[in-house]
Amino acid sequence: MTWQGWAEIALTLAVAIGLGWPLGVYMSRVWNGERTWLDPVFKPVERLVYAGCGVDATKSQTWFSYAAALLAFNAVGFFLVYAIIRLQGVLPLNPQEFAGVSEHLAFNTAVSFVTNTNWQSYGGESTMSHFSQMAALTVQNFVSAATGAAIAAALARAFIAHRGEGVGNFWADLVRTTLYVLLPCSIVLALVLVALGVPQTLQASALATTVEGADQKMSLFAVASQLAIKQLGINGGGIFNVNSAHPFENPNPLTNFLTAVSINVLGWAAFFAFGRSALAGKDIRALVMAAAILLSAGATGIYLAETQPAPALVAAGVDASQNMEGKEVRFGAAATAAWAAQTTGASNGSVNGMHGSFMPLGGGIAMFLMMLGEILPGGIGSGIAIMVVMALLAVFIAGLMVGRTPEYLGKKVEAKEIKLAMLAVLVVPLSMLGFSAIAAILPEALKGLLNHGPHGLSEILYAYVSTTANNGSAFAGLTANAPWWNTTLGLAMLMGRFVPIIAVLAIAGSLVAKPKLAPSAGTLPTDSGQFVGLLVGVILILGGLQFFPALALGPIVEHFQVLTTLAAR
Amino acid sequence: MTASYVPQGEHRRKASTLASSLSPAMLGRAARDAVVKLDPRKLTGNPVIFATWIVALLASASTVAEIMAGHDWGFEIQIALWLWATVLFANLAESVAEGRGKAAADSLRATRVTTKAKLIVDPVTGTIVPTPAHKLGVGEIVLVEAGDVIPADGEIIEGVASVNEAAITGESAPVIRESGGDRSAVTGGTTVVSDWLKIRITSEAGNTFLDRMIAMVEGADRRKTPNEIALAVLLAGLTLIFLIAVATLLGLGKYSGIVLPPMVLGALFITLIPTTIGGLLSAVGIAGMDRLLKVNVLATSGRAVEAAGDVDTLLLDKTGTITFGNRMATEVIAAPGMRQEIVMRATLMASLGDETPEGRSIVDLARSQGLELEAPEGATLIPFSATTRQSGLDADGQSWRKGAVDAVIRSLDLKPEQIPADLSAAVDRIARSGGTPLAVSENGVLVGVIHLKDVVKPNVKERFADLRRMGLRTVMITGDNPVTAAAIASEAGVDDFLAEATPEDKLRLIREEQAKGRLVAMCGDGANDAPALAQSDVGVAMQTGAQAAREAGNMVDLDSDPTKVIEIVEVGKQMLITRGALTTFSIANDVAKYFAIIPAMFVTALPALGALNVMNLHSPESAILSAVIFNALIIVALIPLALRGVRYRAVGAAKLLSRNLLIYGLGGLIAPFIGIKLIDMIVSGLGLA
Repeated sequence: MTWQGWAEIALTLAVAIGLGWPLGVYMSRVWNGERTWLDPVFKPVERLVYAGCGVDATKSQTWFSYAAALLAFNAVGFFLVYAIIRLQGVLPLNPQEFAGVSEHLAFNTAVSFVTNTNWQSYGGESTMSHFSQMAALTVQNFVSAATGAAIAAALARAFIAHRGEGVGNFWADLVRTTLYVLLPCSIVLALVLVALGVPQTLQASALATTVEGADQKMSLFAVASQLAIKQLGINGGGIFNVNSAHPFENPNPLTNFLTAVSINVLGWAAFFAFGRSALAGKDIRALVMAAAILLSAGATGIYLAETQPAPALVAAGVDASQNMEGKEVRFGAAATAAWAAQTTGASNGSVNGMHGSFMPLGGGIAMFLMMLGEILPGGIGSGIAIMVVMALLAVFIAGLMVGRTPEYLGKKVEAKEIKLAMLAVLVVPLSMLGFSAIAAILPEALKGLLNHGPHGLSEILYAYVSTTANNGSAFAGLTANAPWWNTTLGLAMLMGRFVPIIAVLAIAGSLVAKPKLAPSAGTLPTDSGQFVGLLVGVILILGGLQFFPALALGPIVEHFQVLTTLAAR
Repeated sequence: MTASYVPQGEHRRKASTLASSLSPAMLGRAARDAVVKLDPRKLTGNPVIFATWIVALLASASTVAEIMAGHDWGFEIQIALWLWATVLFANLAESVAEGRGKAAADSLRATRVTTKAKLIVDPVTGTIVPTPAHKLGVGEIVLVEAGDVIPADGEIIEGVASVNEAAITGESAPVIRESGGDRSAVTGGTTVVSDWLKIRITSEAGNTFLDRMIAMVEGADRRKTPNEIALAVLLAGLTLIFLIAVATLLGLGKYSGIVLPPMVLGALFITLIPTTIGGLLSAVGIAGMDRLLKVNVLATSGRAVEAAGDVDTLLLDKTGTITFGNRMATEVIAAPGMRQEIVMRATLMASLGDETPEGRSIVDLARSQGLELEAPEGATLIPFSATTRQSGLDADGQSWRKGAVDAVIRSLDLKPEQIPADLSAAVDRIARSGGTPLAVSENGVLVGVIHLKDVVKPNVKERFADLRRMGLRTVMITGDNPVTAAAIASEAGVDDFLAEATPEDKLRLIREEQAKGRLVAMCGDGANDAPALAQSDVGVAMQTGAQAAREAGNMVDLDSDPTKVIEIVEVGKQMLITRGALTTFSIANDVAKYFAIIPAMFVTALPALGALNVMNLHSPESAILSAVIFNALIIVALIPLALRGVRYRAVGAAKLLSRNLLIYGLGGLIAPFIGIKLIDMIVSGLGLA
C-alpha cells in the first residue's frame, strides 16, 4: 500500500463523480426534452428517426405500454444479434473468415449484449467478424445502455406527477439518450483514446517479430470507437479476450485512468439526472453519497487484500511483497483495485486484471459489490432505478420509526410498491444462488471448472452473480462456452435484467397515479447524512443476509484457509 | 359547536372503565386462545408464522423418524419443541392483545337490553305493545320512560329527558337529550333517568352503536390496515429470500462436502425469517386500537388510527378547544381621577344581577380582589335588553349600569370630547387585542371600562408547540371577526386561523389542504359538521353530538373532549413507530444468528470457518439450539413493548429516527450476540446440547 495507490483510487472515484454531475444535468435536459446545445446537429436526425419509424414521440405512455415498447424493442434486438452472429460466415467484413457461432453461444451472446451484460463466453478476436462486432454488438452497446437510462427517466417522471397517468415515451427516451448523450460522449472519448495510441483500423491484424524472433500475428480492429462505448455504456464486452488488460485496449496508465473513470461517469450522471428530473436533487445527492461510500469501501477492501503477499509465492519461498498474479505490471495493485471496484460496482464488467487471481477476499468483495444489485452506481439509469428501490425499502423498514406511514420524494410507499420492490429484489438471489446451487452438483456443469474446492465454488458463484447482475466480468478459470453454461447464464442475464425493469416500470406506474404529498417537519428527511447511513445499513444488511452463507462457502472459507496455511508456515 | 364539553384532563378519571389492565384471568384466557390458534387455518394470514408452523411440523416428523430409527433424538426434539414454542408465543402475543378488548366487550355486552321495549303501534291513540328490543325495526317508534333502558339507537321525535350514558361513556352524570337540534340522538343501552322520550329507531338490532362498539373492541371486525398489509408483503418477501438462501445451501453444501441435516436447515430458516415482527404485528395493531379505547376514543377502523399518525393539518374549533368558550373579565380600568376600589365596587354592583357567564366572571374577578357584596334589600335588577344594550342595578336611589361602550355613552348623552382620552385609548386597546370592552357607569357618570376576554386554556400553547415539532400545522376555526380571531390565534400559538367560518368554509379548507397533499384531522359534533367530518382523513365525532356527525366521522370520542384529537394523533404515531422499531430490531437480529449458525453448520467439513464463531459458542448443536431459543424467547420478551408501544416524543422526525435507530437498530444488532451467548452458556451448562 502506498499513498500514491490510495490517491489513484480516490482520484478515479472522485473524477468520475465530478464529471458525472454536469453530464447528469445535461442528461436530465435530454430526458425532459429541454433545449440542448446539440439540438442543431441532432434535432433533424431525431425527427427523421421518428418519422421513419412512424412513432409519435410526444405521446406520454402508460407504464404498461412503455414496458411493452421496451420489451418489443429488446426482443427485436435479440433476434437481429442472433441472426447476424450465426450468419457472419456469409456476411461481409469478415477478413479473418470466422464461421457462424454455435446455437447456444449465439443465444448467450445475443442475450448478453441486449441485456447490457456483455458476458463473453468467447474470445473476441478469435470469434467475431468485424461486421458482427460493429453491426450487432456495438449497436447493442448503445441501445442497451439507452434502454437502462429510459427506465430511470420514466421513474423520475412518476415522482413529480400528481395523480398523473403517463410515464413518458419510450421511443423518445431511447432515441434521445442514444443521440444526445451516448454518441457525442463516445466520439469524444474515442478521439482522445486514438490520440493516446489505441488502434482504430479495419485491418485484420498486424505482423510483429517477437524477441525470440518468431512471427506473431496480432489482431486489430476499430478498437478506440468500440472501447469508448464499451466503457461509457457500462457494457464491458472487450474486443479482445483479456479485455482492458490487453495493450491495444489499454496501452498505458493514462488510458487506464481515462477508461476507469469512464466506467462510472455516465452511471453517476444518471443519478444526478434523476435528481434533477425528479426535482429531488438533494435527496438524490444522499443516494450518491451512499453509493460512493459503499464503492470506496469496496475499493479499499480490494486494495488492502491485493497488497497482501501471495500465499503460493510465500509457500514457494520467493519474493511476494504483494499479490501480482493476474495483474498487469503497467497498472499495479492500486489501479487494478480501483478498476475492480468500479467495474463491479457499476454493471460494466470490463477488467484490467483477472479477478480469479485476486486474494480470496479481493475476489469476494468484487462478487459482493455485484450481489448488492449493481447500484454503485450501476448501469446508466438501471443503477439509480434499483438504488431508488433500495431507498423505498429503507424508507419502509425504518421510516415507520418517525411515526408516519412511509413516503419517499412525496409519494406514499404502500403494499403495491413493496410487492414490486420485493419482486425486483427477490429475483437476484433466486437466479444467483438458484443456478449456482444446481451447477454445484451437476457433473455437466462442473466440467467447466478449472479449480476445485472453495475457489471452484467461487468460479460458479461469480459466473451467475456476474450475469444476473448484468455485469459481465468473468472470474477466469471457468470455461463457459458449453451448452449448460451458455444456456443458464443466458437465462440468468434475462431474469436479472427484465424482471427488475418490469418491476421498476410498474412501480413508476403505481407512483405516477398517487398524489404528490407536501413534506412537513414530521416527514422522514431523505436528504440527510442520517438517511445516507440508514440506506448504507439497509443495503449491507439485506445484501449480506442473502449471500452470507454462499460467500462463507466460497471466498470466506478460502480466506481463512489461506490464513491457516500462512500461519502454519 | 356549543360548549358542553368535559373540561380538559377529566377524561383520564374514567380511563380504565373500558380497557382494563392485564389480570391473571385474562392471561389464562389468552394462553388458552394461543393454543386454539395453532389451527393452521387461523395462521394463513401471517406468512411468517405459517412458515414457522410448517417447519415445526416437519421437525416433529423428523424427530419421530429419529426415535423410530433408534438414533439420538435429544437435539431434534428440543429444536422441534422450541419451534412450536415460537408459534405459540406469537399466538400468545395476539391473544393477550385481544384479551383486553374481549374483557371490555364483555362488560359492554352486559348492558345490552333484555327488557321489553314499549312499541307505539298507533301514534294517534298511543297504544303500546311490549316488544323484545331485537325485534324492533328501523322507523318504528318507541316510548321510553324514566328508569327504562333505551332499546336501540334512535332519534328523539318528542320529549326532553335526562339520560345516563355511563354504559357507553363511563360518565355517570346524566346528559340532557331533546328532540330537534344536535342533542336528539340517543344510543341503545343508555338509561333514561327522568321524564320520557318518544324515539324513532334508526338502526336495526345487531347494527347498533353498541353492537359496532362491541365488534370493534373485540377485534372481530379487525381488517388489516394498508400499512400492515404492506409490511406483511415485505415480511413474506424476506421469508422467500431466506427460503432461497437456505434451500440453495443444499447444493452449495453438497459441493463443499458438507452434509446438512434438514433439521439444521429448518432451524437456520426459522431464525432468519422475521418471526419477531411477524409474531407481534397483529398485536401491535390491536394494542393501538386498545390504547385509543383507554383514552375513551372508539375508532371505526384501524385504518383511521394509522391515518392519524400521518395527519399534517389539525383543524380545531376555537370554542371549547382553544378557549374556555366564554368571555371572562380580566381587568377593570378606572377613568382618570377615579379610585380603583370605587370603580371596582361600581362594576360589581352593576353585575350583581347578571347571571350570564360574563356577569359571573366579573363577580369572580371582584372576589379575587377581595371585594364581596350582596345586592341591597329592595334593589331593582335592570335586565339586559337588545334596545338599551346594558344591564345593571338600581337601589337606594343610586344606579349602576354596564354595557356596550357606545350604548352607555349614548345613554349618558356624552359628547366625544367629554370622554377621557385615557379611557378611549383603553377601549381601543381592548378591541384591538380581540377582547370586548364594556363601559361602567355609576349614577350617570362614566367611571371605567371592563376588559372581557376570550381566555385561552392553560397549556394549549405548549401543546401546539409540540404539535409543530411533530410536523403538524394547527388551524383554528372560529365564527369571530378576523381581528378577534387573529388576537386569539397569536395568543394560543396556532399556525393559522379561519375567521367568520361557516360549515362550508370548513369543508372548503379541508379540500384545499388535501389538494396540497396534506392529511387533515378535525373534530366536530353538530349535524352541520357532518360533511367536513366525512371529508377529513381523521374525523373525530363527539359522543354527545348529533347522530349525523357520529356516522360521518371515523372515530367517536366518548368523553366529547375536542382536545382529544391530539392524543389520537400521538396514538397513531406510536403504533407506526412500534411497528417500525420491531421490524428493524427483527432484521438486525439476523446478523448475530448467522454468526451462531453458519460456523456451526460448516465447521466439521471446513474447520477454517471456526474463525466465524466469534461468540465462542460451546458446540455446533448448542449454537443452533441457542439461536432457536433466543428467537422464540425474544417474542415473549417484546410482548410488553408491542402492547405498550414505543414511547412517542414530539422532537421532529430526524431526532426521533436517530434515537429509534440507535435503540432498535443498533440494539437489534448487539442484543442477540449477548442473548445467544448467555443461552448457550445455560444450554451447555445443563448439558442440553
